[in-house]
Amino acid sequence: MAEKATIVVQSGDMDKLYSALIIANGALAMGMEASLYFTFWGLERLKKGGLEKGPLSKMHLLGLGKWMVRRRMEKARVASLERLIGDFKALGGKILACEMTMEIMGIKREDLREDLIDEYGAVGSYIKDARESAITLFV
Amino acid sequence: MVEIKVDVRGETCPVPLVEMRKALRHAAPGDIVEIIGTHPASKKEIPMAVEALQLELLAVEGTDTDWVIRIRR
Repeated sequence: MAEKATIVVQSGDMDKLYSALIIANGALAMGMEASLYFTFWGLERLKKGGLEKGPLSKMHLLGLGKWMVRRRMEKARVASLERLIGDFKALGGKILACEMTMEIMGIKREDLREDLIDEYGAVGSYIKDARESAITLFV
Repeated sequence: MVEIKVDVRGETCPVPLVEMRKALRHAAPGDIVEIIGTHPASKKEIPMAVEALQLELLAVEGTDTDWVIRIRR
């Protein structure tokens, strides 16, 4: 069985989502299995139309900072989050949505991009995966 | 035997690695995947991935900013 990478995506910040997806895609590219657990603010990004909506974790400056970073990213030809999450799925990555977050935040399955989500779960699913993972991160 | 060409010139992290993996997933055992790129770190990291995937690295040619890597699945 392949080694695993398991990442909790608790933050909904754009830059942190980049970190999570780049690491996860790197793991898949290098032959590992990878799972992303979306919880709290992270889960907001799985709402329809929500993926690219996150603020910058620092220097957001009411959107000006994000706009500047975005421009620099485009210049450097950094892939969009949409492309990265598409690649993640294409390489067999697994996405889990935290059910408790859905309850707390009043998010229904139909509010989320159900096509991306493989499982709806709780901490038990995460621990089951994480305990047999070579890499586990909290973003 | 098929030869698959992947052009990731101008692309940055993690796209070259991801496109390499996608091509390898589509390749059959024995097929050759050739990747052309310009991202310096990927020239080092694609061979690392090839080793991790236990595949055969046939060639790494060119400079850090203009390279060709050939892999046999």
